[in-house]
Amino acid sequence: MSTMSKLDFSQWSCPLPLRDYPSIVMGHGGGGQLSSELIEHLFVPAFRNPALESMADSTVLPRPAGRLAFSTDSYVVQPLFFPGGSIGDLAVHGTVNDLAMSGATPLYLSAGFILEEGFPLSQLAAIVNRMARAAREAGVQIVTGDTKVVEKGHGDGCYINTAGVGVIADGIEIGPTRAKPGDVVIVSGTIGDHGMAIMSVREGLEFETIIESDTAALNGMVASLLRFAPHVHVLRDPTRGGMATSLNEIATQSQVGILIEERSVPVLPDVQSACDLLGMDPVYVANEGKLVAIVDPSVAEAVLAAIREDRHGQDAAIIGRVTEQHKGMLAAKTAIGGTRIIPMQIGEQIPRIC
Amino acid sequence: MKYLDEFRDGDLARSLAREIRQTATRKWAIMEVCGGQTHSIVRNGLDQLLEGAVEMIHGPGCPVCVTPLELIDKALAIASTPGVIFCSFGDMLRVPGSRFDLFRVKADGADVRVVYSPLDALQIARENPGREVVFFGIGFETTAPANAMAVHQAKLQRIDNFSMLVSHVLVPPAIEAIMTSPSCRVQAFLAAGHVCSVMGYWQYYPLVVRYHVPIVITGFEPLDLLEGIRRTVAQLEAGVPQVENAYERAVCFEGNQPAQKLLSEVFEVTDRSWRGIGQIPRSGWKLREEYRDFDAEYRFSVEDIRAVESPICRSGEVLQGNLKPNECPGFGKECTPRHPLGATMVSSEGACAAYYNYGRFIAVDSIR
Repeated sequence: MSTMSKLDFSQWSCPLPLRDYPSIVMGHGGGGQLSSELIEHLFVPAFRNPALESMADSTVLPRPAGRLAFSTDSYVVQPLFFPGGSIGDLAVHGTVNDLAMSGATPLYLSAGFILEEGFPLSQLAAIVNRMARAAREAGVQIVTGDTKVVEKGHGDGCYINTAGVGVIADGIEIGPTRAKPGDVVIVSGTIGDHGMAIMSVREGLEFETIIESDTAALNGMVASLLRFAPHVHVLRDPTRGGMATSLNEIATQSQVGILIEERSVPVLPDVQSACDLLGMDPVYVANEGKLVAIVDPSVAEAVLAAIREDRHGQDAAIIGRVTEQHKGMLAAKTAIGGTRIIPMQIGEQIPRIC
Repeated sequence: MKYLDEFRDGDLARSLAREIRQTATRKWAIMEVCGGQTHSIVRNGLDQLLEGAVEMIHGPGCPVCVTPLELIDKALAIASTPGVIFCSFGDMLRVPGSRFDLFRVKADGADVRVVYSPLDALQIARENPGREVVFFGIGFETTAPANAMAVHQAKLQRIDNFSMLVSHVLVPPAIEAIMTSPSCRVQAFLAAGHVCSVMGYWQYYPLVVRYHVPIVITGFEPLDLLEGIRRTVAQLEAGVPQVENAYERAVCFEGNQPAQKLLSEVFEVTDRSWRGIGQIPRSGWKLREEYRDFDAEYRFSVEDIRAVESPICRSGEVLQGNLKPNECPGFGKECTPRHPLGATMVSSEGACAAYYNYGRFIAVDSIR
């Protein structure tokens, strides 16, 4: 057992005694020997930290100073590996970012796995290693977890749920109801990258260039922008539904209008082409490593500079402002000088016929 | 972006719009036939730039919108048949049939798949020899060549588990139907560039002669549309209607001849009923007798399905340009993109959905 735990799991490929089962069997979720082998040989070495290694029914953590932020999200992305990331990266980044958008410093995550019978252990190991790396880079610890196995055909290989806890320093008040007329709207980089990266591999579309997901943890960016502007009004990470959905929600919750300049919104040429081809609008396409910040005009330039300092924020731009007019609605000045409303979508964006 | 940014230039667009406003001595009613153009006009706010000079009337050119209700019901019946893999372009999934839509059938367990090309559906048929694979082949002349190719290949390669539910419609007979309608207000047409890239534009000359309307072949980017409108207004002011090609970079007089050859081999002209408009003689294509084995209507015996439209929905008048979407009594009330009564509220190219989504039902002046 002890020799097993010294293995280098970046090169992990079904060591003894797991080699009898190169893929997940029902027993891996049964709570017996197979379950504990999975934990001891895969999860613990990858996520290694004292809290996790206590192996108790619940993890006991010290009480941090300040208010707590708590968030959970489930990850069901297909395919599990895509250009620029994997479900493992998303499972860490997504929850870390949700915490960061309240101005919290993310501290601890839980990880729940729902695995389908027959899922290759080598793929699980690759996912777990990506999670471990993402957690290390974001400075959070995965301190508790769970694994269940469902019968073949009842799952899509691997689903992950993560929940996270973070701590908010005194004086930080960020929330979707706090946008005020006159505020400036900033986006931290090009929009639509993640959604189009997934579409390009999932739908068998062969674009000439590979679009990479932007999946990234944004807590570092948030920490540095809060140094310049502790009173930032709203932060959101525009994931599903894209930037347009986040801004619509803010407009509704804060009872303000938001007007953006279409020309100022950063979009990668490849993403724009792919969207044009499919009849989609990048403002509705998902992001996994971008944030929208709504700040007082007096600090807008400083916040923009702080975001651009971060390696995930080099393409950040001021894209619009908050208005008294058209409360609850998002509108855009089009590139040629017209105006349009950008409404919430009913469901998913659907590619158009022609 | 090369070949796109050039046609989205804001300064050029504004100067073209200014020229159009200066040329127009009265307000002209111009119909863009194609739904893709409607989408681009409303999305970019072109109609606002032309206010006072031009009224854009949104035509029946969204294939999703004009596909008759009973064909949707046939699609639903086929998709619900055990063992069938039903393939469709994405935006057909939300079009309501008499009782529900393809999304609902999918949620209830039917194997409904979104594809981007009929050839993808053919590939699915190849990979699933034990299953019946049906492609929902709708659209104008634009999508027809790929559909014809799929059926042609299926026959050639003996992929017998593939069939197509065909409801193709044609532009020139629709223009003719609009011009002969007693309430017609249309003074000129923008013809759809992609239709003409397949079919050429020789077919429009008789229409110009018969109805004395300018027909200008026009593209889809903001500058393409404004250039098409500029030439149309110039013709209207001069009083000399002509066929004019404002989309030279994609369209030539005779069109794509290999495509036309394939089309005439696979399809033949037929009467079609258009949702909300009614029967238009010789306005569509169906599979020829030689390809009958690949006709899903025939294979699944759904030829007798009949359907009745919503009494509230007036999408027919919208499609003919006689009613603005927001003038329909159901607009935004009983009928919304979430609960569409007619297909014009479903498709992102549909005039009603374009009005609803881009806020044409509120006073946009307030947000300038």
